Amino acid sequence: MNEKIKVHQEDVTSNLGWQHLKEQVTVKDGVARVDAGGMHYRDLNALTKALNEDGIRKVEIINVHGQRYLGTGLHGGIEIDVYGTPGNDLGAFMHQTTVNVYGNAQDGCGNTMDDGRIIVHGHTGDIVGYSMRGGSIFIRDDAGYRVGIHMKEYQEKRPVIVVGGTAQDFLGEYMAGGVLVVLGLTLENGAKHTARFVGTGMHSGKIYVRGKIDNLSKDVEALELSEDDRKLLGSLVKEFCGYFGFEADRIMEHEFSKLVPVSKRPYEKLYVR
Amino acid sequence: MKTYLEPEYTVERDDDRCIRCKVCVNQCTFDTHYYDQEDDKVYSKNENCVNCHRCVAFCPTQAITIRRNPNAYTTNDNWTQEAIRDIKRQAEVGGVLLTGMGCDKPNYSYWDRLLLNASQVTNPSIDPLREPMELRTFLGSKADRLEFELESRDMVLTTKLAPQVCVEAPILFSALSYGAISFNVHEALARASTEFGTLFNTGEGGLDSRLYGYGSHTIVQVASGRFGVHPDYLDVGAAVEIKIGQGAKPGIGGHLPGEKVGPEVSRTRMIPIGTDALSPAPQHDIYSIEDLRQLIYALKEATDYTKPVSVKIAAVHNSAAIASGIARAGADIIAIDGVKGGTGAAPKVSRDNVGIPIELALASVDQRLREEGIRNRVSIIAAGGIRSSADVVKAIALGADAVYIATAAVVAMGCTVCQRCYTGKCPWGIATTDPWISKRLNPDIATRRLVNLLQAWSAEIKEMMGGMGVNAIESLRGNRLHLRGVGLTDTELKILGVKMAGE
Amino acid sequence: MSWIKLNNSYNDDKVIEGCSLFGMMNLKGERFSSKDPVRAIANMHDRGNGLGGGFAVYGLYPDYREDYALHIMYMDEDAKKDTDCLLQDNFSIQIDEEIPTKEANVKDPPLMWRYFVQPKKGLIQNQSDDDFVMEKVMKINTKTGRAYVFSSGKDMGVFKGVGFPEDIAEHFCLEEYNGYLWTCHGRFPTNTPGWWGGAHPFNILDWTVVHNGEISSYGINRRYLEMFGYKCTMQTDTEVLAYAFDLLIRRHHLPIEVAARVVAPPFWDEIDREPQEKRIFLTALRQTYGSLLMNGPFSIILAHQGEMIGLTDRIKLRPLTAGVKGDFLYLSSEEASINLVSPNPDRTWNPKGGEPVVGRLGGMGLKELIVRGVIQ
Repeated sequence: MNEKIKVHQEDVTSNLGWQHLKEQVTVKDGVARVDAGGMHYRDLNALTKALNEDGIRKVEIINVHGQRYLGTGLHGGIEIDVYGTPGNDLGAFMHQTTVNVYGNAQDGCGNTMDDGRIIVHGHTGDIVGYSMRGGSIFIRDDAGYRVGIHMKEYQEKRPVIVVGGTAQDFLGEYMAGGVLVVLGLTLENGAKHTARFVGTGMHSGKIYVRGKIDNLSKDVEALELSEDDRKLLGSLVKEFCGYFGFEADRIMEHEFSKLVPVSKRPYEKLYVR
Repeated sequence: MKTYLEPEYTVERDDDRCIRCKVCVNQCTFDTHYYDQEDDKVYSKNENCVNCHRCVAFCPTQAITIRRNPNAYTTNDNWTQEAIRDIKRQAEVGGVLLTGMGCDKPNYSYWDRLLLNASQVTNPSIDPLREPMELRTFLGSKADRLEFELESRDMVLTTKLAPQVCVEAPILFSALSYGAISFNVHEALARASTEFGTLFNTGEGGLDSRLYGYGSHTIVQVASGRFGVHPDYLDVGAAVEIKIGQGAKPGIGGHLPGEKVGPEVSRTRMIPIGTDALSPAPQHDIYSIEDLRQLIYALKEATDYTKPVSVKIAAVHNSAAIASGIARAGADIIAIDGVKGGTGAAPKVSRDNVGIPIELALASVDQRLREEGIRNRVSIIAAGGIRSSADVVKAIALGADAVYIATAAVVAMGCTVCQRCYTGKCPWGIATTDPWISKRLNPDIATRRLVNLLQAWSAEIKEMMGGMGVNAIESLRGNRLHLRGVGLTDTELKILGVKMAGE
Repeated sequence: MSWIKLNNSYNDDKVIEGCSLFGMMNLKGERFSSKDPVRAIANMHDRGNGLGGGFAVYGLYPDYREDYALHIMYMDEDAKKDTDCLLQDNFSIQIDEEIPTKEANVKDPPLMWRYFVQPKKGLIQNQSDDDFVMEKVMKINTKTGRAYVFSSGKDMGVFKGVGFPEDIAEHFCLEEYNGYLWTCHGRFPTNTPGWWGGAHPFNILDWTVVHNGEISSYGINRRYLEMFGYKCTMQTDTEVLAYAFDLLIRRHHLPIEVAARVVAPPFWDEIDREPQEKRIFLTALRQTYGSLLMNGPFSIILAHQGEMIGLTDRIKLRPLTAGVKGDFLYLSSEEASINLVSPNPDRTWNPKGGEPVVGRLGGMGLKELIVRGVIQ
């Protein structure tokens, strides 16, 4: 295989060296397969960057057990399949890259993500999409606390987070743009979302929640969906179902509320000029 | 309700000198002066005057005098004018009082109680006009030791060195965020840094792409709002700085009032026009020391380990322990901002009451890192009200590798420290993004002023160093023996690690 | 110089640190080896900085089940002599020996001994055995300033020191021990670089705490506990947590779910919305124990014979994941470690802030069932 990997890496952490690392990689039909068992994250990420520079367009990484920053610093739209549990800050500062996680993710998914896609076939920890500025994150099950804090948008750069299950406190705190969707599919029939302090400080962007939710902060109000909302939501749900195999119609027939900021300047009155 | 507040300042116009040119009317951005056609006189609304002296500077006949309103409340050292005014204002509006620039209260300056040495008799002083005087400084993590290999009669370095940034004098421009100040200011800082050979800090508002060409002289800041943090931004900078806090408002995030968020700022920060850009108080992915290490390495991964990562903290009670943690978390540079650090907007109570003086924090951080044997792992940049080259020399002697200046830089460009930056109406065209007012700051002239300042201070530093008999900044750095204290208590002397003058 | 000075040699307000946690318990009480716990905590290597690691093991000394197993570290031989005298005066000592260790990548290990003891007959007056032992432990810890009891429970023990947890495990030959409950810790301290006693777990009697985070209410938590005779010599948040749970659970007999509501209470907004009985109960808790509210980020794994408890602060500022597979309960700062030692667990989940995850041997007591009904 390994005739393909030409790039040398000087600062390899592994005592056994770059050659040893390359031996953990097999390439077949243009897809590289990496066994990450026992590999430090610096080596794993350096290896992935080297594969990317060599023109590999898809990497499958197996036996992932907490390695951090997977997907960070890669240019060119490579696709990475992660089997196992990726570590914190998956896709931090990510460019145009696609990461499919076949397992659960931890904290910090999509931290300050700029572009690309993260698709998690499981649940995630806290702080998903902090300061996200582009790209999309789809989570099949639950997400944790502080999802979507300070998401931003500008013209065509509009980040999206879709959570299949429920999320916890401080959802959409200080949102300045982007779209957050919480579908509540893991909730038992009729159960409410228990997130508190939803949308504190929100001043732009939209949150769509399927199912009952109280405990909204005073900075947001719940509205009915407009035609445009339905269209947008419909396309996101369709994409969600495409990844995880649910039925879009059954999801869409339930009641949704749209949460938007009450004011563009929620703290205007707080400060005296 | 009727305001009970009286104007802070009064405008006196010498009618004989006034030639009705109306420059003051045009220049004032606070709407203080107006021309009455009928009376053919220029009048002033005292209640609008903020004492910025724009009109004073531009009046061709020096006809204007601005005075503190002679109507003062009864003298009371406890219930000062300020204390009374603040309460009345809050009673009228019911909100947090905002202010700008740095803490203006007395008693927090230690620079003025530290004096420098000079060599005489036993050690010659050096004349900087005739002999070389080296100020060049490298910022970044230094190795514990170096290892070499002999390769056919040549010594080759085998130790991998951590990335460094180089400055020709130990003075950098501190963070001034785009939005708090105008694009022209950022441009002037970028050009001056490039011309002189130092670095400027983007602050937390991102970097306009027109300035990418100056990237090798730019420190890009990643603050809690992560404004403008995208791959190109990280790519372009020479170093990346994680902003945990700043001296003007420790524990609180950045604050850009909606008045200052126009179309350009909206684009760079990716937030709607007119909305307040409040950075969150903590970085939401840093709640514990191990989280800081996580973010430091996330940035190193994102920049391929090619740039030093700096962490900026406010000087607070346990700065020494925090700094130790930061050094062990993998930072290459630690920037400490003292209580007198400036800002475009902060709650007045925070600015004046939260945080400790940089002199004390710097001394204790430098000492702690040395005691733990890890001082070489980080470079320390001191900030917070550095006013002159003497302050710089004293800071280096206490242990800093370099200093950050921001207030001094804007003063050089025209600022008179009137403390109204948060209004967005800065008449000098500095702390504003209003396109009309921003035009007043000519980037060419501002660049000149900044370079002049750096050159002047460098020359003065060389004079003082020469006087001490030192011709390389490394010999001054952390050399507390060149300092003596005057008017300090035993505890203060102990914390500063400095002897009493006379000892 | 005393270890108390060493623990906080810069005289900071308190010790400041960050960390990694792992806990593993067999709910049937079947003992297992150190292999999985060590692998799991080593996987979170980057959360620590090599300046502290430690383990608590329950079901450790089945042959001496009824004896208090004191693990003591000494800064020098004189300290040991003094302490031996104190021990002989107050306890009947079944066995005493140096704790077996081997070469490992750890820094400057102190002298460490273990003693299997019983309180001396006739010396106990109006005091439980536990209180007697606790009193003597506090005495040893403050008397010379050069001896420190780092474990004092029955049929359990703490092993800790300065090094990465996997190296500490090697140093103490942990591969030779079995236990039904293991808790592990990797440390990232900022102001106690060299002191072995500063590592976690922190212990009092058979309580151990491993802790991640920083408690901003420490100043008052400490002063409140000092009123009850606890001496906060370690100046760490962890110490205060351990004493708080000892007070609430052992001395004041509160069930763990209630104790959790003391240190991580609901907000007043939420209490106001509860039905009357529950509201009164929760209000009384906050009124009485307000000084034990732990503010600031924390996740902890608390353990004592028969129970392992995971808890985070009420707005979940620190991570904690729980997992179950068969008879095993896992708690971890990072989910990846659970999946590493237990591939395909039955279930993993992230518990909510302020809600404890309790692993318990055997059934619940009646009193606890009643209280549980009130607070849930």
